[in-house]
Amino acid sequence: MDEIIGGLVRAVELILTLNPEVVQVTFRSLGISVTSVLLASTINIPLGGLIHFSDFRGKRALVNLIHTLYSLPTVTVGLLVYLLISRSGPLGWLDLLFNPAGMVLGQAILITPIMLGLTITALDAISRDIRDTTMSLGASEMQSLRAIAREAQPALVSAVLLGFGRALSEVGVAMMIGGNIRGHTRVLTTAISLETSMGNLELSLALGIILLSISLLVNLAMSLSQRR
Amino acid sequence: MAILELQGIGLYRGQSWILREIDLEIARGEILGIIGPTGAGKTSLLRVIDLLEEPGKGRLWFDGKDMADRAHRLEGRRRMSMVFQRPAMLRGSVWDNVSYGLRIRKTAEPVIEEMVADLLKQVGLAGYRNRRASTLSGGEVQRVALARAMACRPDVLLLDEPTANLDPRTSQRIEGLISRCHDICMTIVISTHDLSQALHMSDRVAVMMDGRIAQIGRPDEIMEQPANQDVAAFLRAGNWNRRGG
Repeated sequence: MDEIIGGLVRAVELILTLNPEVVQVTFRSLGISVTSVLLASTINIPLGGLIHFSDFRGKRALVNLIHTLYSLPTVTVGLLVYLLISRSGPLGWLDLLFNPAGMVLGQAILITPIMLGLTITALDAISRDIRDTTMSLGASEMQSLRAIAREAQPALVSAVLLGFGRALSEVGVAMMIGGNIRGHTRVLTTAISLETSMGNLELSLALGIILLSISLLVNLAMSLSQRR
Repeated sequence: MAILELQGIGLYRGQSWILREIDLEIARGEILGIIGPTGAGKTSLLRVIDLLEEPGKGRLWFDGKDMADRAHRLEGRRRMSMVFQRPAMLRGSVWDNVSYGLRIRKTAEPVIEEMVADLLKQVGLAGYRNRRASTLSGGEVQRVALARAMACRPDVLLLDEPTANLDPRTSQRIEGLISRCHDICMTIVISTHDLSQALHMSDRVAVMMDGRIAQIGRPDEIMEQPANQDVAAFLRAGNWNRRGG
């Protein structure tokens, strides 16, 4: 028990004194996860809209598949992306392995199902009513689409924040694609994993507190966006 | 001259014909009541008239223009407004909702301000300008939806069960507003379960059965000479609210 309390005190000290290692790892984690969420949002929100508004054979099966992939294991994505970007893989020439850019790609793929599925669900929930309402008030197709996007905004913000939470807290992709290289690809989750295995509990706890605080902030932002 | 003309309209949904061979002419400034049992196709007919559904068969002319021509559809929709049975409120305030139709028509801001304030007064919601639409009660939502539809100054106002699930006082207020719309020469098509409401408000009544118009005529004609036994049975068993039919 003393060890845990001592560790917590030291962890808080490390955060308050802005320990360079802690700061560096935190900002790298945030940078990679934010970039991966931006990449995934740019692709998946319009793609979700396209799937929602299109009628095609197998649409229901596709949506079911997307929902199933919500719980895609991070190590599976890590393995898949590893095979894609390893030197002998089809994207080997991009030199993404053990680079932050590779981690961004891996995390973006990891959160794709959740962002795609939540976008489709958000549009399903409001689309018909809002389309009917706006069209019956004289909106053009484009004005109606804009109104639907505006109505879906809180749910889309939640999708983005959930994606960010999953990207930030995952360890499989970060470890397999990034390689946990100090000063280069080490992020909060891989650093916690490594420092714990080395018995450096204070640093692990400090990083864990930061990770938890960011998650809390994300949750707070999510409930605020839903309340509006 | 008829403002709306439907010829041989058929609507196919979910492996069956919801509307069959609908021929209908609606005169400018008329109030047409549509009555019929649940599932008769009343709402679908309003949706087809409002150009929200494309009929599988038949043609629809609005003010002499064929609505099958895509070039006329937006103009047609902009001259009609529909109030749904369960109106959806847009995110934002009451003002955001009532002004929506005007904003998408790029109406000048001072005109919007004036019209919205006037409409909110008419529907008895003058103090609700900044109230979040999501916090309104059922009756308030219905009144905001009516103000929102009236703001567009439509030639044709389509009302789908506008007083369903409302208390008698709110229903009467809504009926008063509908009469006021009629006074300024709006054509009104109102679908209702409330037979007494349909008969007392409408210039003509259409009785729908099984996706067809079984009978259309003046309220007294419908009451005195039902076209067939089904219509007579429906009128006998119908919902006679308040006015005691």
